[in-house]
Amino acid sequence: MSTDSLSRAFTVLIRRDLLLAARRRAEMANPLLFFILVTSLFPLGIGANPNLLQAVAPGIIWVAALLAAMLSLDSVFRSDFEDGTLEQYLMSSHPVSVLVLAKVIAHWLVTGLPLLVISPLLGILLGLPETGIKTLFITLLLGTPVLSLIGSVGVALTVGLRKGGMILSLLVLPLYIPLLIFASSAVDSAAAGLPVTAHLSLIAALLVLALSLSPFATAAALRVSLS
Amino acid sequence: MFNNFFHKLASPKHFYRIAGNLIPWLAGACLLLVLAGLYYGLLVAPADYQQGDSYRIMFIHVPAAWMSLFIYVVMAVAGAIGLIWRMKLAEVMLISSAPIGASFTFLALVTGSIWGKPMWGTWWVWDARLTSELILLFLYLGVIALHSAIDDRRIAARAVAILALVGVINVPIIHYSVEWWNTLHQGPTVTKFDKPSIHLSMLIPLLLMAVAFKLYYAFVVLMRARCEVLERERNAGWVRELAEEK
Repeated sequence: MSTDSLSRAFTVLIRRDLLLAARRRAEMANPLLFFILVTSLFPLGIGANPNLLQAVAPGIIWVAALLAAMLSLDSVFRSDFEDGTLEQYLMSSHPVSVLVLAKVIAHWLVTGLPLLVISPLLGILLGLPETGIKTLFITLLLGTPVLSLIGSVGVALTVGLRKGGMILSLLVLPLYIPLLIFASSAVDSAAAGLPVTAHLSLIAALLVLALSLSPFATAAALRVSLS
Repeated sequence: MFNNFFHKLASPKHFYRIAGNLIPWLAGACLLLVLAGLYYGLLVAPADYQQGDSYRIMFIHVPAAWMSLFIYVVMAVAGAIGLIWRMKLAEVMLISSAPIGASFTFLALVTGSIWGKPMWGTWWVWDARLTSELILLFLYLGVIALHSAIDDRRIAARAVAILALVGVINVPIIHYSVEWWNTLHQGPTVTKFDKPSIHLSMLIPLLLMAVAFKLYYAFVVLMRARCEVLERERNAGWVRELAEEK
């Protein structure tokens, strides 16, 4: 009975957040536009030499995805914090880590998934070969949930602060770096025709690690922030 | 009796007194070891057959890099103790350690860069270990920034404890980055399992300096922790008595 109501709370929470996002579509598009905009700034900044662009494309796309994910993080808990819903989560009989996981999944569906869908287009724009685009897609598929999961810890720590934004980037970006290294070197290797299974396994390992540990850290951080 | 000692140590009042007694001894021992380490390192140890005399910066660089990792682990352990047992003193230790750890990390980066200029011909390379050390510096700065952003000291300490625990997952990645990415930085020469590939005459000053740095950390963190305890307990009776005594 209790597990049934927990899984119900989980799905209800995801549906609620998706519904809220669907009612504010403009907000949903912001991270995506940012992602495309930042990526298209680079050719203007470093020159349109196709060889150069192809060489730096994995890094550019991944850095842009990282920044877009970070910018959208604030919305995970912000509105719930402001209207007091977050305190209700903490007081509910369900484990907070599971509720947090539901919120993070909803957040990823709204902000991570669009990045994933648009990424092949950006790969083509920057002249990545086909194998590179395929790997880029897989790394983003495995990697963007990690961005949301790790980021949720940082947001939970800073949600009570008035000027949380700058601190959030200082907390979260260093933790993103291993992912950035593995992901962009995977795309690099794939574009050069080398095997990438090892890279992908490492990113998958990061995903498993983040998935199993970060909800607990986020829940603990929320308790601290709201105490 | 031993148990009793720890209970006493956990109370801010006794900690303040015990730390005050320990600091001169630790500082004295640190000074002696630094002098001995510098003497053996700069005068006794032979010049390296490849790197000449410039390798001697390693006697600062390597212990500083060790300390940068060590202090982060100490912070995470203190954070865990503070979160689990709500021990105020663990929180104090965590907060007091962060700036020292950041300084050691910065020192390791600067000395490494000074050494890298003649050896690798460049101040900075994006080698995995250098980058990881830089990330570590950012992690320290994040801890310090988060702590200063939250007004309530206890809430700040607990938030920082969670951050330190999350960040400590990064420390093994730093440590094993040599094997994972295997780039320009030379491999470890002391902690190999078979036999250290460093000569004894160079190992002795290195270890002397390493212990000296540990002692330096110990007495500076106690000094900082005493200040933090005083500020936290400024309304307690024993602090007022202390202030009136002087």
